[in-house]
Amino acid sequence: MRAFLSDFLSALRGNRRALAGGLILAGYLLMALIGPELIPLDPTMRYAERFRPPSLAHPLGTDYAGRDVLAQIVHGSRDVLAIAVLTALFTTSLAVGIGALAGYSGGMVDAFLMLLTNIQLTVPAVPVYLLIGSVFQVRDPIGFAALISLWMWGPLARAVRSQILSLKEREFVEAARVLGLGTAHILLRELFPNLTPFVVIHFIRIMRDAITASVGLIFLGLAPFSPTNWGTMLNLAVFQTGAIYIPNALHYVVAPMAVIVLFQLGAIFFAHGLDEILNPRLRAPA
Amino acid sequence: MRWIRRVLLAALTIWLVASITFVVVEQAPGDIFYLMAQEIAQTRGVSIEVAYAQVRSMVGYDPTRPLLDRYLEWLGELLRGNLGFSYFYRISVNQILFQALPWTVFVLSISLLLSFGIGALLGLVIAVRRRSWLDPLITSYASLTDATPDYLTALLLLILFALNLKWFPSKGAYDSSLTPGFNLPFILSVFHHAALPILAYTLENIGAWALAMKGSAISVLGEDFITFARARGLPERRILTHYVGRNAILPMVTGLALAFGGMFGGSVLIETVFHYPGIGWFFKFALDHRDYGMMRGLLILTTAAIVLANLITDFVYPLLDPRIRMED
Repeated sequence: MRAFLSDFLSALRGNRRALAGGLILAGYLLMALIGPELIPLDPTMRYAERFRPPSLAHPLGTDYAGRDVLAQIVHGSRDVLAIAVLTALFTTSLAVGIGALAGYSGGMVDAFLMLLTNIQLTVPAVPVYLLIGSVFQVRDPIGFAALISLWMWGPLARAVRSQILSLKEREFVEAARVLGLGTAHILLRELFPNLTPFVVIHFIRIMRDAITASVGLIFLGLAPFSPTNWGTMLNLAVFQTGAIYIPNALHYVVAPMAVIVLFQLGAIFFAHGLDEILNPRLRAPA
Repeated sequence: MRWIRRVLLAALTIWLVASITFVVVEQAPGDIFYLMAQEIAQTRGVSIEVAYAQVRSMVGYDPTRPLLDRYLEWLGELLRGNLGFSYFYRISVNQILFQALPWTVFVLSISLLLSFGIGALLGLVIAVRRRSWLDPLITSYASLTDATPDYLTALLLLILFALNLKWFPSKGAYDSSLTPGFNLPFILSVFHHAALPILAYTLENIGAWALAMKGSAISVLGEDFITFARARGLPERRILTHYVGRNAILPMVTGLALAFGGMFGGSVLIETVFHYPGIGWFFKFALDHRDYGMMRGLLILTTAAIVLANLITDFVYPLLDPRIRMED
């Protein structure tokens, strides 16, 4: 494990894009973990100071009620990242479970699971989230992550299935079967380790998609359970306070947008770089 | 035989989605009907019990009847083309949908053709000229648009071109002072209003199409028939359009239906941002008014539209690509 880590870190150092992406993601993680302790959130409304431009006291300006925008971004990051990580955990487990079961069992089980997967891939996610989310009234990050995971596992499940299909014909799996090892052992100890790099990259992609989806849904007005979620900030700016019509308030709209795009870029670079590191065939000759 | 299987699978998909949405909406908190009853009781001056009975018969919601009965009745209506009842407007969802769907399909099909056409052209160019400045530019552009959710692109366009520069209107599908019909001012107004939504989808998707086309074209460039065409001394331009382009674009056609589906889902956010009265806008409207009946109808219609688009692609693709026809 330690050898793997040091090997991984040196490969990361050699890959500038992966390094940049990794640093950006680490920055967001720090912001979510310790940011709220460092920058206090003051909810007092001071309408005389509304929509102040960025300054030393307020690096990202103030909102419609004179409150610091930076503090809201920092406090919101905890909520946004919690949903992203939880969704990635739920979705990955669901997708690996469904994909592995379908690929390994074959037959009717496979046909049924692939039908479900096709339906998931066909029916667009946003309307599904809105219908289910408003009927069941999601109220917290865990519920929200569960909602998003419900309609996001398709691509990974399909990819895992085809990986399992090709892996299960290899000699080492046949050897394990001849040795009389059980299905659980073959799946967990022989097949899954081969999927790890590939699942890690999907994990990052799912985090990205989860942020796009959750911020978008909260922006639309579904489940506004956190006042500082970036989606809530956008919702307030666009639908509630008329900030988009006020030229002076541009910073209030752009701040949540910018943190979302920067996170996505970091994740894209990191995933792309990881792909190059973990997949030796893509690794550029040193 | 293969076609029958495809059509059955499409029908099965729509039926499953419809049934799941039926069950989900059944779980909806019942107080929505009570709220409606309260409103009716106030406006018509009847007692709350009478109003509640009225609402239940109007919506066709009678909790005393067994679930299976209600499901079968609802399914029968669905088969006859009735997508259900809007709790808010108290009319069949069909009237709303058939007014809204053309706008969404109009914007989506133009955006799809534009982004596909421009993207494929750019992809072809960078596949052939690998060392030009255009390649890194398009790759960065694709990463940037991949990183920007479509609703943020839409929001930026709205703020910049509609609210600040005022080049384009910020709501509606046409100028309400004009009479809808086949006259030039109306058609111009329709395009003027659709321009920003179309631009949002197109900007968002060009990069992905360009990268897909680049990959596809590079693999075609390695084929022997390209070397042979060059050896025959055919002009480079003709090789690019007739030999590389035509072969490289075919595998991407199957992606069109998939992209159409993705854009359909995204229309809820985009149409809300631009106040564009397509089915996405009505979905947001239904969300705000907790109109589960309308949401259910919209979701079934959206699914049907995408399944149909997939089916059409499946039928058309073999006509375009003789290699697939041979394999059948």
